[in-house]
Amino acid sequence: MADKVTMPIEATHIMMFARSVNDDNQIYYDAEYAKNTEVGHVVPPPTFYRSVAQFDPDYFLRPKVGEKWFGSAKGPSGIDGKPASSGGLHAEQHFEYHLPVQPGDVLTVTTKPGKVWEKESKRAGKLTFTETILEYRNQKGELVVTSRGVGVKTERPVDQG
Amino acid sequence: MALKATDLKVGDVHEEIVVENLSRGLLVMYAGTSGDYNPLHTDEVYTTQAAGYPGVFAHGMLTMGLTGKMLTNFVGDGRLKKFGVRFTNQVWPGDTLTSKATVVAIGEGEIELELATTNQDGKTVVTGSATARVD
Repeated sequence: MADKVTMPIEATHIMMFARSVNDDNQIYYDAEYAKNTEVGHVVPPPTFYRSVAQFDPDYFLRPKVGEKWFGSAKGPSGIDGKPASSGGLHAEQHFEYHLPVQPGDVLTVTTKPGKVWEKESKRAGKLTFTETILEYRNQKGELVVTSRGVGVKTERPVDQG
Repeated sequence: MALKATDLKVGDVHEEIVVENLSRGLLVMYAGTSGDYNPLHTDEVYTTQAAGYPGVFAHGMLTMGLTGKMLTNFVGDGRLKKFGVRFTNQVWPGDTLTSKATVVAIGEGEIELELATTNQDGKTVVTGSATARVD
């Protein structure tokens, strides 16, 4: 991820995100309803914050104008001689919530590298784990959320046996 | 509907079916909102012919999001302090997932929960923990 990304918190994005995690809690959809809850306003669902990817200009898992995309098009991959690796998978994700967030907030998200380690696996060969820490600060500079993700690159696709 | 520490005891369980017969459509929706367009989750041609998997599978973060729905239904909105998971198995279209929170500790104004989401075969796809504020 880029070192610093601006993530505007928007009601429509929250609504669409809630739909995409099969959650019909009206606090994500209806500002009037949300007013009468304990929180008093629309809030993002707890896993919403990884959607910062939408605002990251460098995010590699999004097709970009004028660049080749590795997903299928005429052929099964848009990139010839694509790497044999199945790419990265998500191994762990941890959030800490420090302060409330609501539509209208503008978060600044900074990345801190974490640990890197390796492990041998019967199902997928050599595994390389990489930890990434994201800090989300609001427009007042207050730390609102911390995210710690662990990605894993596998030597081969995970055996389904 | 805030949880009260006095109404809870260690070992209490809250359990919900969070998705039934998971559709590829939901994977497309999740790609669109999260911004994670990795073709492994939406592009059957790439996933089977180029990447060597039997088919598209769910974003880990979608399974965490579904688990989070159970969690906020249980503890209430704006009450989570910590929420963390490990992704232990892949989730496939057609899966029906059940998420479960078990109270493992009750402290001063907060509770600790152990989390697990399992598929229709009883295989665990996510394990985790959470801390929430209670009255």
